[in-house]
Amino acid sequence: MESSYIAIPEGQPKIQVENLSLSYGPKLVLKNISLVIPEHRVTAIIGPSGCGKSSLVRVLNRMNDLIPEARVEGRVLIDGENIYDRDVDLVALRKKVGMVFQKPNPFPKSIFDNIAYGLKIGNHRSRAELEQIVERSLRQAALWDEVKDRLHQNALKLSGGQQQRLCIARALAVEPEIILFDEPCSAIDPIATAKVEELIHQLKKDYTVVIVTHNMQQAARVSDYTAFLWLGELLEYDRTEKIFTNPANKMTEDYITGRFG
Amino acid sequence: MMSVKKKGVLGDLKESLIQKIFQTSGLLAIIVLLGIFALLLYTAIPAFREVSLKEFLTSSRWDPTSPEKPEYGLLSMLASTIMVTLGALLIAFPVGVAVAAYLSDVASPRVREIVKPVVELLAAIPSVVVGFIGITLVGPMIAKIFNLSHGLTALNGSLLLAIMALPTIISISEDSLNAVPISFVEASLALGANRWQTLVRVKIPAALSGIIASLMLGMGRAIGETMTVLMATGNARAFPQGFLQSVRTLTANIAIELGEVPYYTTHYYALFAIGLVLFIMTFFVNLTADVILEKQKRKLQ
Repeated sequence: MESSYIAIPEGQPKIQVENLSLSYGPKLVLKNISLVIPEHRVTAIIGPSGCGKSSLVRVLNRMNDLIPEARVEGRVLIDGENIYDRDVDLVALRKKVGMVFQKPNPFPKSIFDNIAYGLKIGNHRSRAELEQIVERSLRQAALWDEVKDRLHQNALKLSGGQQQRLCIARALAVEPEIILFDEPCSAIDPIATAKVEELIHQLKKDYTVVIVTHNMQQAARVSDYTAFLWLGELLEYDRTEKIFTNPANKMTEDYITGRFG
Repeated sequence: MMSVKKKGVLGDLKESLIQKIFQTSGLLAIIVLLGIFALLLYTAIPAFREVSLKEFLTSSRWDPTSPEKPEYGLLSMLASTIMVTLGALLIAFPVGVAVAAYLSDVASPRVREIVKPVVELLAAIPSVVVGFIGITLVGPMIAKIFNLSHGLTALNGSLLLAIMALPTIISISEDSLNAVPISFVEASLALGANRWQTLVRVKIPAALSGIIASLMLGMGRAIGETMTVLMATGNARAFPQGFLQSVRTLTANIAIELGEVPYYTTHYYALFAIGLVLFIMTFFVNLTADVILEKQKRKLQ
């Protein structure tokens, strides 16, 4: 089947996925996917469980490399460079492409050390510089006011929603250009979800955001572009407004109107 | 229509009987432990009719068969035990943690499938065989390297005990490294850390209590080991001066003397007092390990 490849009319392309296929052993998870993700926009990936949406974002920072039998075909260009080339530095790639996971996963360390982690493993920085970046990141993640008096407390003592914003702050601290969100709100309550969504909205000023979600309202609220994935195929990719009001594909329409999923 | 009511009391009886049997076998372990402790205590106490507790614990002279003045100080043997044990752990701990990290982080599943059972097999080697290797292989090598008349030294004992403590340290450390949630590892890698940084800064700290527990359990094993040290360390009674001297550990002393001691003499009772000291040492080392492991489980839920 011919994948629906659409050129993005406005905005600079940041990520270009070209004829991407991904398999885990004999199982084909993503089938010949092509799409362009624009810079400084929020792009949502939606689709029913098991359609490959998490696998697709994990292709973008090569997290799938952790799975021994994963095999990737096709190209993924970020700023024109194929991240599956042999000479790609994974460390540099993952600094450039940050990730926030489904379940909040702070390290069992202090709040401060969580944020400083990505900085400490990189270049050596002075304590003052670290403190400054920790504060800036926590402010960006709208968490500073809640934790500024207990930066040295264990991060696992925070609530789930706070932990997720901490994870966002931790990703921001290393100054990525792209941030991947893999169902970031599926494990937190509605109020915390609203905060994270607000945050994502803010982030697109400075970052390119890709968010996987099973929550269609969320996709409609936060994203500029939406990709609909079904059984590993990209069925439709367009402006979010268009997808949700006038989808071109019957399957997309059935999915977003809740006829299956 | 099928009734859901119980038919007779036989089923109930059977169930309660089975429960009782399991309960008793569980209790049996505790009863045996308490029994051993009581026996040791009961047989050790008469020693202190003639030997003061202070002499027993602080004198370094052990000479119970002296015709003029028998002496019962365990200090030099206690020091030997501690020295040989610490020496063993100094070798086994870094090696064990490195192997555990390799198995949990680096080794391919194939390699792991081979190495793990082999490591566990190491624990199955009879201690007398390890002692034999100490006498015929490791000891002479030590003698050659350090230019000694013989190699039956504390170092020999430490090396052999290190081999014996390794399986415990490796398997418990590896279990606790594997228990570190994958989400921590992913978070670290996603922030641009390499595998080494992830291991050292995230996995090992998260697994630290389990790793320390493995050290304690390895220590328990080393303190209590008898046959190997008896064969390999030369059994000199003098206070240990260094790793290149012959030493006699508490366990070796009991094994050497208990066979020849006249029953119900102060010497006989004093050997049981040494046993009691060993029991208390290993008990607390194991208890500490258990407490630490339990904490680790709760920390990683």
